[in-house]
Formats: sequence, C-alpha cells, structure tokens
Amino acid sequence: MSEAAASMNHSAPLNERLWQRHTLAQKLLRFAVWLVMAAAIVQSLRTIEVIPEFLYDAPEQMGDLLQRMWPIDWAYYADGVHAALVETLHIASLGTLLSMLLAVPFGLLVASNLTRHRMLNAVARLVLVSTRSVNSLIWALLFVAVFGPGPLAGTLAIAFRSIGFVGKLMGEAIEQTPRGPIEALEATGAGKGAQIWYGYWPQIKPAFWSIVLLRWDINVRESAVLGLVGAGGIGMALDTALNLFQWQRVAMVLVAIFAVVVIAEVVVTQVRKRVL
Amino acid sequence: MNAIVADRPTQAFRAGVGARLAALAILLYALYAIFQLDFSWARFVTGLDNGAKFLGRMFPPDVSKLDILWSGIRESLQIAVLASAAGIIISLPIGLLGARNLMPAGVTWTARALVVLCRSLHPVIVAILFVKAVGFGALAGVLSLMVATVGFIGKLFAEAIEEISAKQVEAVRATGASFMNVILFGVLPQVLPRFVGFSTYQLDSNLRNSTMVGIVGAGGVGGALFAAFQRFDYDFVFTILATIVALVFIGEVLVNAVKKVFHV
Repeated sequence: MSEAAASMNHSAPLNERLWQRHTLAQKLLRFAVWLVMAAAIVQSLRTIEVIPEFLYDAPEQMGDLLQRMWPIDWAYYADGVHAALVETLHIASLGTLLSMLLAVPFGLLVASNLTRHRMLNAVARLVLVSTRSVNSLIWALLFVAVFGPGPLAGTLAIAFRSIGFVGKLMGEAIEQTPRGPIEALEATGAGKGAQIWYGYWPQIKPAFWSIVLLRWDINVRESAVLGLVGAGGIGMALDTALNLFQWQRVAMVLVAIFAVVVIAEVVVTQVRKRVL
Repeated sequence: MNAIVADRPTQAFRAGVGARLAALAILLYALYAIFQLDFSWARFVTGLDNGAKFLGRMFPPDVSKLDILWSGIRESLQIAVLASAAGIIISLPIGLLGARNLMPAGVTWTARALVVLCRSLHPVIVAILFVKAVGFGALAGVLSLMVATVGFIGKLFAEAIEEISAKQVEAVRATGASFMNVILFGVLPQVLPRFVGFSTYQLDSNLRNSTMVGIVGAGGVGGALFAAFQRFDYDFVFTILATIVALVFIGEVLVNAVKKVFHV
C-alpha cells in the first residue's frame, strides 16, 4: 500500500512539486525563536538563586501554613474585615470611573484613523504604555509618597494604572469603526467634535462600556492588595494580620477577598448579558 | 417661524430614560463614595505641593547604582521566563481538562475550580503566601506567577477549545483515531494560534508582575524599588521606573515580532 503510494508519487508529475507550508526562511526564523526561548529558560534556570532545600520542603511548608490557618476566624469579619472590604470596593469603583475620564483623551489621540498626526499618536501610545507597565502597587507607592497613606492614594493608583488598559482598548475600538458614517458626517461639514460624538461614539459605545466593566472586575482584584503599601482597603487588614502572625485572621481576609472577586465576576457577566 | 422650529427633527442619538437614570446613579454613587472615603480638597492641594517636591527630587535620575538595578532586572526577567514556561506547560493539560466538549462534567468542574482558585487571588497575595512557605527570594516569585499563568491561560484555553468546530474533530474520529490522536490532530491545530496569543500576552504580563513581587520579598527588581522608596531615594526610584517602562516596551515589541513569525 505504502509502496504503491510512493511509486505514484514518483510517476505523477503533479506531485513532483514539493508543497511546503513554510519557506526555508520562515522555518529558520521559527527555529531561531524556539532556540532563543530554550536558551532563555536554560540560562534562567542556571543563574536564578533558588535554594534547592527550600524547593524540596515547599509542599510541607505550605501544608503547615494551611494548618495554621484552620479554623478560619469568622468572628473577625464584623470587627476588622467588613469596613475594609467596602473601602476596597469604593477604591476600585471610583478608580475605574476616574480612569474612564482620564483615558478618553488618550484613546482618541492614539487612534490613527481619528487623529492623523504621527507624533500625537506616538506620544499617546507612550503615555498608555507607561501607565500600564507601572504596576498598581508601584503607582500606590508613588501616590502614598505624595498624598500620604489612605484610600485617596489607592484610588489614584487604580485610576492611573487603568488609563493604559482602557485607553489602548478604546483606541483599538476606534480604529475598527467603519469609514462610511464618518465620511457621511464629513460630507455634511461636521466638525471634529460632531464627528466623534455622532460618528465614532455610537459605534464604540458597547465596546467602551464592556472595556470599563472588564477593568472594574480587574480593579476589584488589584485594589485588594493596595493596602500592603498603605493605600487603603482590605490589604491593610491583611498586612496587619500577616505581621502579627494571626493566620486564622489571614484566612478570613483571604476568604473575603475570594468571595468579593467571585461576586464581582458574576455581576460583570450578568450586566454584560443584560445591558450590552 | 414657530412652525419651522416645531418641524425640526429630533436630536440624533438622544440618551434614553434608562441611560440617563444609569448616569445619574453612577454620579450619585461617585459622590457618596468620595464622601465615604473622606477625600478633601485641602489634602489634595497639599498633595500637589508634595508631588512637585517629589518630582523635583526625582531629577536628575541616579545612575550610580546600576549594578543593583541590573541584578534586580535580571532576576525579574528570569522569574518572568521561568514562570511563563512552567505555567504554560501546566496550563495546557488543565485547559484540555476544563473543556466541556471534550471531558465529562466531573473532570471539567475540578479543572475549572482549580483555575478559578488560581485566578481569584492577586499574584502579590499569592507571593506573600509563597514567601511565608518557601522563604524570601526568586522561588516564591516564580511560583506565584506560575499560579497566575495557570489561572489566565487555563481559563482562556478551555474557552477556546469549547469554541472549535466539531466537524474537524468528527472527521478525525471517523478515521478511527485514538483519543490522543483526536486531541493532537483534531483539536490542537484549531486552537494553537490562540494558545500562542494567550501565552505571549501572559509573558508580557508576567514581565510586568515580576517587577512587583519583590515588594513583598519574592525576588526581582521590586525589592530594590521598595527599598529606594523607604530610603526616600526618589532619584533612584525614577531610574528604576524608567528602566521598567523601557523593559516592558521592549518586551511588547519583541512579543509582537514573535507573533508575526508565528502568524498569530
């Protein structure tokens, strides 16, 4: 059977052309990428300072940690967790709202079909990349240094961190809007503002709200850790409990964060289903 | 004259009652939350003053401690690479186990519960727990970013598998292929491009997060950054932040180049 197939290959002139999925250059390029990845992994494994003994007894240590967390100190919820949890939610929501306002100008500037100015596009892109690459904890450190500890620093940290995310995705949504309605508006002599308000906004509206919802969901998670550097919210309760080795309280805080994150995700899914 | 005004068409895209109510509700909530969090104008103004001083102390950037910066950055890169590689390898089977169109309900529920658990806690919180369990250093950072990677890729990969076309799977199955072969030739080719996309995105976000886990002692440049903050070395803080931004920027360019090579 296979011999027959092989002989057919030889006899049929059509099959003499070798069909390849990738050219030689593509193959080499792919191989090079794999090689670089492998080299990076090997190099990291060799030079990273991991003490092997720590790795071996990691499962045992984790088990020990979990054991100390049990039973969970449920009574602590009313005393120390509830207020901090609500504060966390406020930080996340206000931060998201503020980032919405801050991100819109950059989102408009970064879209190359709306703003036909290379320099402005590049500047907006740089701003968006910088706010995204500085982590919310680092933003929080900065704002704690400026405004002092407390939820104000946390809210601003969340807002600034989110500008990059909201602005980038908004810019991409704008770039994908069809030309037709915009050209129609241009033909009526509509100014830039009218074009944005009547041409772009109605088309990116669903995408925009969906981006903001998604970011709120992420921000609920992120705002839970801001307290570690003194920027308010449930992280403060976590930090205190950790420093005092009150593991059962730590467990309570973690359960509370987990519950809020799951609830936020359910809320986002429901809102998306009903409204968008 | 009046007749003309009355004949004017209604304004385009007028906000509906629902939209107006929602906007009002959001505004009221924002005011309530601002009140609850006790923001005050005076504090904001003093903060701006502090901010100006703060920015003043950031310049000129301190370039005398490049060795500390470099060793931190190198460790961050290593954490990101190792956590991505290990996390991606682990999330491949977990994603397959979580796909409802391939696996029985019991298996998918277990896999999905694991993924939700990995996703729900912020990498920094996970890093704190690992620091307590395995000690300070890069290992805790690698482990915590691995957890984040499994949480992200595991979820998206399972969803991608659920969206594949059943026809190709049936075609492979009709040849009498074993289950492994159905996965290898019917399922994976359909989702591989998206898997590469998720992986590169996660590599990117691991790079960002690896600069942060150091704040809680899990290795990387975050430790140097936090120390500089505590010593008020704001000029060195600026150097570190600028390096991080540059690093993430280069990472983004590289990731896009890799995506192009693989046609994602």
